[in-house]
Amino acid sequence: MHVILFALFAVFCLAGAINLLVQTHPINSALSLIVVMTSLAVMYLLLGAEFLAAAQVIVYAGAVMVLFTFVIMLLNAGREERTRGSSVARTIGLPAVVVILAVLATIILHVQGLGNTSLGQGITTTEELSTVLFHELLLPFEVTSVLILIAILGAVALARVEGSSPDDAERTGQ
Amino acid sequence: MNFLTQPVPLSWFLLLSAVLFSLGVVGFLFKRNIITVFLSIELMLNAVNLSFVTFAHQWHAVKGQIFVFFVMMVAAAEAAVGLAIIIAIFRARGTLAIDRIDLMKR
Amino acid sequence: MTLLAFFLWNLAKVIVVTVILLLGVAYTVLLERKLVGRIQNRWGPNRVGPFGLLQPLVDGAKSFLKEDLIPTAVYRPLYLLAPILSLGCALISIGVIPFGIPHAGPGGVDLFEISDVHIGLLIILGVTSMGVYGIALAGWSSNNKYSLLGSLRSSAQLVSYELALGLSLVGVVLRTGSFSLRDIVEHQATRGIVTWNIFGGLQILGFFIYLMAAYAETNRCPFDLPEAESELTGGYHTEYSSMKFAMFFMAEYANMINVGCVATLLFLGGWTSPFGDLIGPFQSGLVNALLSLFWFVIKVFAFLCLYVWVRGTLPRFRYDQLMNFGWRWLLPLAIFNIVGTSLWYAFR
Repeated sequence: MHVILFALFAVFCLAGAINLLVQTHPINSALSLIVVMTSLAVMYLLLGAEFLAAAQVIVYAGAVMVLFTFVIMLLNAGREERTRGSSVARTIGLPAVVVILAVLATIILHVQGLGNTSLGQGITTTEELSTVLFHELLLPFEVTSVLILIAILGAVALARVEGSSPDDAERTGQ
Repeated sequence: MNFLTQPVPLSWFLLLSAVLFSLGVVGFLFKRNIITVFLSIELMLNAVNLSFVTFAHQWHAVKGQIFVFFVMMVAAAEAAVGLAIIIAIFRARGTLAIDRIDLMKR
Repeated sequence: MTLLAFFLWNLAKVIVVTVILLLGVAYTVLLERKLVGRIQNRWGPNRVGPFGLLQPLVDGAKSFLKEDLIPTAVYRPLYLLAPILSLGCALISIGVIPFGIPHAGPGGVDLFEISDVHIGLLIILGVTSMGVYGIALAGWSSNNKYSLLGSLRSSAQLVSYELALGLSLVGVVLRTGSFSLRDIVEHQATRGIVTWNIFGGLQILGFFIYLMAAYAETNRCPFDLPEAESELTGGYHTEYSSMKFAMFFMAEYANMINVGCVATLLFLGGWTSPFGDLIGPFQSGLVNALLSLFWFVIKVFAFLCLYVWVRGTLPRFRYDQLMNFGWRWLLPLAIFNIVGTSLWYAFR
């Protein structure tokens, strides 16, 4: 059962990732990334990380990617242009990627003592997760909230057009 | 029946993560649309998250999963700021092709 | 062999539940037309069958037999995908909703719930958040300005109200200490109506935030901006016809039923009786099971009636009012609710 689920969703992951590269329209790429993300949520479930699987779907697939599709729709982004691209990327980047993949694969296949996972084994409950998060890692957690606040402010400051916010219009109208 | 109850080796998860990461790098290097480049970065982050969760399972360490949680939060913040930058660039330059966003080169 | 039997019984259960849900969707449409009709001092559909009870079947046959138009300028793959995505997401959530007390049926299969998962509540939230794509893609792929405006409005509205929706449920989770829907119901089952989360759990504020956010999430009046007929012709489904339009329509009503089920489970005591132990547990397990099913259905039905009542009486919001309400009122109130509830449970 576990093997079948893994194989099925690994195929979905790889197909989505390859489709992301092959498609020329950004919205198709975004949708294939959503497929990858939801399949990864299933992978997390197989590894016993229930809460992360739900968070992956809610935060990544449900919020971050909605933002992406929203921007693609808003800018009405068309098809990608066919250009030659950077020659540095072709001459150094591609061999480097192949080398990195080869090295990683060799290490992973040669390393001893990696366990395996089967159904219903090693499940991390939300309770354990939150105990560690809110006791030992409380400060990093709070700092992340500040980070997100700053990100919101930055996004608003960047994306708004000068002098066109509704408050400005109200002020000049009065 | 034996096949159905067989456990999955963790190395398969790590391999999948490595392949997804490489595909993300390839996308980052070769895609010419700024949004797709950004999507490739998200793909790389996701691939790394998968290996974090795998190792958390291997060592029965909850902190590995919490790290993924932090990566998700940072990715959400990064997506908000990044997309705002993309919108600003599109307003200024009228294009999303990264070959044409070369104002600093000239 | 037992694995095969288990699989077949579960498959049968899934099929039965889905068929009942789809019938429920069809008759919710009829309920709405009848009730809105009475609110507007007319009869509503009453020609087909006794009291118009066969109307949903005729409606279904009509939308099935209409010509299926696909405009030339649409982006076909996504145009065809969008209604499937929309209906799929609307139907999946029923998979984690428990309808009654655990009652083992044939093959050791739990009769009144498709699957009992630890993170049932989170799964419902996740599926709801995926539902946005159906609407967003429908509007974008239709290549029509009304559709695009409708879907842009809708994505912004759904993302904004999802925050308030999710935060309004935190109070309930704080009280129970579990994301499992069964645990949440059993935690409020002790004394009937006084221990329901809405009263005993002090979640009345959370309930009203959930109610309003849920109206926005399901695109219902007074927040039905994405399909505001007077401004956007049909909103995101302007270009859809025949069965594809019917799929969006069914998705909307299935979402209403889901929201009703979640509100019942989280705030209104789920399948437990409001009288607590006054109507005590009976000798026969089957009677208890059917009674629990009865209470669950009654509560969801009351919730749907409330939905229709609101639709029949309230006018539509303006778009900026909608956004202001979501961000400036609902979200701070939801955060206030979380802080208040945590303080109560910490220092009680």
